[in-house]
Amino acid sequence: MNRLTTLTTLTTALLTVAVIGFPATSAELRIGMQDDADVLDPAQSRTFVGRIVYTAMCDKLVDISQEMKIVPQLATAWNWSADGKTLTMKLREGVKFHDGTPFNAQAVVATIERNMTLPESRRKSELASVENVEASGEYEVKFTLKSPDVTLLAQLSDRAGMIVSPKAAAELGANFGNHPVCAGPFKFVERIQQDRIVLEKFQDYWNKDQVFLDKITYLPIPDTTVRLANLRAGDLDMAERISASDAASVKSDPDLAYADVIGPGYMALYVNIDNGPLADNPFGKDKRLRQAFSLSIDREAISQIVFEGTAMAGNQPFPPSSPWFNKALPVPARDVEKAKALMKEAGHETYEIELQHANNTTQTQMMQVIQSMAAEAGFNVKLKATEFATLLSEQTAGNYVFSRSDWSGRIDPDGNIHQFITCKGGINDVKYCNPEVDKLLNDARASTDDAVRKEKYDAAGLILNDDMPIVYLGHQPYAYAIDKSVSGFAPSPDGMIRLVGVKNED
Amino acid sequence: MPVYIAKRLLVAIPTLLIISIFVFSLQKLLPGDPILAMAGEERDPATLAFLREKYRLNDPVIMQYFHWLGGILTGDFGISLRTNQPVLELIGQKLPVTIQLAMMAMFFALAIGIPMGILAAVWKNTAIDYFANFVALCGLSLPNFWLGIMLILLVSVNLGWLPASGYESIFVDPVRSIKTTLMPAFVLGTGLAAQIMRHTRSSMLGVLSADYIRTARAKGLSPWTIVMSHSFRNALLPIVTMSALLFGELLAGAVLTEQIFTIPGFGKLIVDAVFNRDYAVVQGVVLCTAIGFILMNLVADILYVLLNPRLRVNL
Repeated sequence: MNRLTTLTTLTTALLTVAVIGFPATSAELRIGMQDDADVLDPAQSRTFVGRIVYTAMCDKLVDISQEMKIVPQLATAWNWSADGKTLTMKLREGVKFHDGTPFNAQAVVATIERNMTLPESRRKSELASVENVEASGEYEVKFTLKSPDVTLLAQLSDRAGMIVSPKAAAELGANFGNHPVCAGPFKFVERIQQDRIVLEKFQDYWNKDQVFLDKITYLPIPDTTVRLANLRAGDLDMAERISASDAASVKSDPDLAYADVIGPGYMALYVNIDNGPLADNPFGKDKRLRQAFSLSIDREAISQIVFEGTAMAGNQPFPPSSPWFNKALPVPARDVEKAKALMKEAGHETYEIELQHANNTTQTQMMQVIQSMAAEAGFNVKLKATEFATLLSEQTAGNYVFSRSDWSGRIDPDGNIHQFITCKGGINDVKYCNPEVDKLLNDARASTDDAVRKEKYDAAGLILNDDMPIVYLGHQPYAYAIDKSVSGFAPSPDGMIRLVGVKNED
Repeated sequence: MPVYIAKRLLVAIPTLLIISIFVFSLQKLLPGDPILAMAGEERDPATLAFLREKYRLNDPVIMQYFHWLGGILTGDFGISLRTNQPVLELIGQKLPVTIQLAMMAMFFALAIGIPMGILAAVWKNTAIDYFANFVALCGLSLPNFWLGIMLILLVSVNLGWLPASGYESIFVDPVRSIKTTLMPAFVLGTGLAAQIMRHTRSSMLGVLSADYIRTARAKGLSPWTIVMSHSFRNALLPIVTMSALLFGELLAGAVLTEQIFTIPGFGKLIVDAVFNRDYAVVQGVVLCTAIGFILMNLVADILYVLLNPRLRVNL
């Protein structure tokens, strides 16, 4: 018995030392995320949460400001040639990668070429307009384009423009994601899949005086209730994408702060216009039916009911808060009478249609609201809840008549519209094809003058609003709940969590 | 005994082969394209074609199956489509987590179920029996996800006693490891405790009415000795074997519990893999689970023989 007591005492003492032994001085930030990131290689990854991690780990050539403007990061200045086919960038000097390799024009060329040629790369279409990239000086690179493409800057503000250590990329090849080496404020420490990703402050970061955190831990906690419970229990300092139904309780909690911003993406209904035999139905062929459906929806009510007022009603690929929003096409009010008249004109008293959507709570709720709204205009909507991966492949394969899906959005307007609606667009699942729209969108892509671009998008928007291959519904916010000990955080419209300047006085 | 074990293991081989065919083909019947799920917003046809080729998704299904099976025989379970990590490495990371969770859950199940079962049997048809049955019924009928969230709100948010979710390895920080797994293990254990309680009760009732117990009573032994030494030992037999089999149920329950408490174990791995159509991971995990289940069955049979000498004659 005596021996047992001694053993117990010893174990307890050891454990106590182990528990109190950790220094409590370092500033750590624990962020609860909705999903786990996929492979941590900017060339290969595809998830939204992966981009959040990169924001702390991998600096890009250019960044996005709170006003959605392109601002310097690793490139300090840039200019377009008169014909819009050459982009020259001046690079920041004195920057190092996490492995100590110096950052220079050669590193930029190596990364961009890697993004364009690595067989596993998912950045190829983003850089499709690039003919070649070369070092025109130690700290200057020149992009030569196949055709003018102003959207390239926006692409370089995301994964395609994240410069990785050429040494690590050459050594690790396609396995770079197991130990990513970039030039951001925090460097990779460890990752346990589905559990955590840990980063620590990079002591040689070019802007290290503005970095006040020593360690960042990203914890994927998919359930929003549990994510928020962790924050309330003090196990997290920040939770991203909290659900709209929790917004009110976060606002009323004295220990928490609430922040949100409307994202650049959209929620929409896709109509099968010409994607396989299932497109052969009146709804796919007669735009009056689609217009009637759109008119039967009260977009503002959806924002209020389903999103507790946190979402923004919309009718275009760009949110009304965006400078690219066409003010000549305001978000329409609900008009059931007009919808009925349009249906009658198209020869239908009632119309039965199957609508597929992802089987999560918010979407299901939203679709049920739409179902009952459309019913008043005479649409008998049959909802088909589908698991997301299936929905995606059904939509691509044309196995749908009417499908609900979202787009996370891009900073450049081109990224929200071109590939969805041009005849050869990579994600044109509706298979809408209109040469006039193609021309307008291609012209918008080629001009470096924002006023000219806006004119083109406005003109294309008018046609699309009439043909209505995609029924835009609104725009979701990025909502955060943050512990009051955290200061200096401002939500970015791209949903990324920027940590330079953020403090945690816990 | 070794011959018996060897025989049983040999019989397991065809079972595993059939399971492997099932796992593989059911998976292929799922709608949804893994490459599209993987490529996300990238739709460059060359990239998609490359990925399809790399993961052999262009081969006939039969060829894919044999390639996969051949790999497994040489210890190669393939590579996760989602994170590029070898499946075996993933399983190696996740399996200890779930085993820890399962063992702690089993501890709760036995610690609650057996005493309650004994009490209910000894005081049959009294308030104690009714109470034990009521608790068992609650344990069986309260859904894990509900109980889990309620516990998080009470224990973590309101009382601040335990972390709300997450996991720490027992080798890195044992105290935190126990703290993080306590609630999920309890949630997982309650359902099993109910089953164990019911089995213990009926098994004890059978033994308590046996002749030798009456003899023991007549000899004037204390009630405690009669219950613990004479009855419980004999009643234990079916409970031990059942507990071994319940491990299978624990794995199934872990799928849900791990989701709620964000424990990076087997259950969470398989759910995420199914949603991402990460074929290699799903196949590897299901196959491992099947192997585990077959082994637990074997353990149950061996335990049965060890505890009951009368059965050894037939070996």
